[in-house]
Amino acid sequence: MLARLVEEAGIPTVVVTMMPDTAAKYELPRILGVPFPFGHAFGAPNDVAMQREVSQAAIDLLADQSAVKVRRDLDHLVWPQDDRTAYKDWQPSEPSPIVSYNANRRDRLEEKKQVQ
Amino acid sequence: MPVDSYRYLPRSFREGFEAFPIQETEPVRADLAVAITDAKIALMTSSGLYLENQEPFDLDTELDNPLWGDPTYREIPRQTKQQEISAAHLHLNTRDYYVDFNVALPLDRFAELESEKRFGSLADTNYSFMGYQQDGTPDWRRDQGPELIGKLKEQGVHALILAPA
Repeated sequence: MLARLVEEAGIPTVVVTMMPDTAAKYELPRILGVPFPFGHAFGAPNDVAMQREVSQAAIDLLADQSAVKVRRDLDHLVWPQDDRTAYKDWQPSEPSPIVSYNANRRDRLEEKKQVQ
Repeated sequence: MPVDSYRYLPRSFREGFEAFPIQETEPVRADLAVAITDAKIALMTSSGLYLENQEPFDLDTELDNPLWGDPTYREIPRQTKQQEISAAHLHLNTRDYYVDFNVALPLDRFAELESEKRFGSLADTNYSFMGYQQDGTPDWRRDQGPELIGKLKEQGVHALILAPA
């Protein structure tokens, strides 16, 4: 959403994201997909080469005038943890407030159903 | 091959995100007004980074009201050092930001690429907000978005690279 506001104001953007399919639903002009866990759009800590490659790819997309919409996915980059560990590691130690809120709501609905 | 957008999502979220409706049907595109070698670029992250001497993002209000997210942002200068960085985010583990904040806001990498003349220059001021925002992001549309755009223009920024966390 913010990227569209900035584009509409005449400033080009690149969105670097682990969820490029979702970004594409906003019809954004330049999307760079990265195969990393949440919170790590530019790669792993202290992996300078990986961070540089993502940064350079974002710069390259800015200069790319080949189409109205350009999406590039850096699927060849390899996260240094297995998926199970990475999945656990990116998450907060406590579920976020909205996750707890939705879980409580679900439980209450289930209880209501059982009472009926 | 396309990146799997749902690889690290909890399985129970996947269906909802896959079914997330198309939000816009009209493309929008501004073109770079200068050559990339002259372009001033600013970075923006939604990872909740802030400087030790800045006010942290408001997590307490979100804990009281899970449907709310702090809509404010912080200005992060390009010369920021690792030891000046803090982070506040209830939806992410922020541990890695205290090791190397370049994973979310790669100021060091862009400074290196700038010195190698891969692009014009990194903006003096870059931006961070806390990624969980209220449904529809009304504050951003009305207040923070236009304010931020004004700052980018004041600084002569030619392009913005955004990295949702």
